[in-house]
Amino acid sequence: MRHRIARLTLSAALLLPVAPAFVTPVWADDAPITIIIKDHRFDPVEVKVPANKRVTLLVDNQDATSEEFESAELKVEKIVGGRKQIKVAIGPLKPGKYPFFGEFHEATAKGTVIAE
Amino acid sequence: MLASLIIVFREVLEAGLIVGIVLAATEGVAGRGRWVTMGIAAGILGSCVVAWFADAISGLFADTGQELFNAGVLLVAVAMLAWHNAWMAQHGREIARDMAAMGRAVSSGERSLAALAVVIGVAVLREGAEVVLFLTGILASEEGGVGTVLAGGLGGVALGALMSALMYAGLLRIPTRHLFRVTTWLLTLLAAGMAATAVSFLAQAGVLERGGDILWDSSGLLRDKSVIGQALHVLIGYTDRPTEAQLLAYLATVVAILGLTRLAAGSAQPVRRAANPAE
Repeated sequence: MRHRIARLTLSAALLLPVAPAFVTPVWADDAPITIIIKDHRFDPVEVKVPANKRVTLLVDNQDATSEEFESAELKVEKIVGGRKQIKVAIGPLKPGKYPFFGEFHEATAKGTVIAE
Repeated sequence: MLASLIIVFREVLEAGLIVGIVLAATEGVAGRGRWVTMGIAAGILGSCVVAWFADAISGLFADTGQELFNAGVLLVAVAMLAWHNAWMAQHGREIARDMAAMGRAVSSGERSLAALAVVIGVAVLREGAEVVLFLTGILASEEGGVGTVLAGGLGGVALGALMSALMYAGLLRIPTRHLFRVTTWLLTLLAAGMAATAVSFLAQAGVLERGGDILWDSSGLLRDKSVIGQALHVLIGYTDRPTEAQLLAYLATVVAILGLTRLAAGSAQPVRRAANPAE
């Protein structure tokens, strides 16, 4: 019985959040939109992206220190190592403004995604 | 210095609250202190390892390593919580009887403590790795120094521990006869919230393309990054901007755990009649 429960638990956990219909290969088709981090600031500060579609952001950290690229509005939370790049998928976004920030240097590292 | 303290606190808050729930859920079970401590220690150790290999992990699976790692460890925690609840459904009555008979902590619950220790370890590991990266970043730069790191690290962790204590004390105000049922539900909803977070990481990695539409936005009412928002996130899986896929994962997890618990309760051995007159 215990084994059966363990097996059921495991299979349930594996099946749960990834209903197969949802799973498709990675990253949006279009070229990613680049955001540079330098001296704990984002460049550009305002990032324009198309609304109502999946978009890939490329965050290029040119500082030596790690940063956490984060936005509750975009539902993103990802560490960017020093002198590293990361990609995150966002959207589809309704037209509007979506602030993001670098959690490790919040005083200076602030920006906004503008979906239009 | 204050900034570093706040950042560390924000990272350890969730893990701290989870420790509080686990402590309340295991009230009266012998050996829980040891298991909880082991979970935390393993989580901290794991944090350092993960932080050390952060760039390597991040680069795995076409640069989705970070998300897949986070989603993976969250799903392990979900499985452990499901297993714990099923196990308790099967053995809870015996444990309650033993506790009543002996009037003190019993050791029969120890098996499921291991599962909860894993849940704690995972919670500490996820956020702990970020704390380590943040603090080592300060050390490496000119922004502060050892003092800032120590104040931020120790102060933040102390505040996290305080939140554990508050959560634990709060839950213990629930009358003992209801406590077990309440904590069982809380662990179920904690698992559901973790499954929803795992889905959010999969979406961020670009693995989930559909189900990304946000169903509602209650961030004006309560942000899920606030202290109360985090507490509710841990208690019932509160998220201020849930997507379709997240809600689906949440509900599926609740249904799956309830089903599993029913199944386990149905197969529970009837409580042994006292073969031993001393019982």
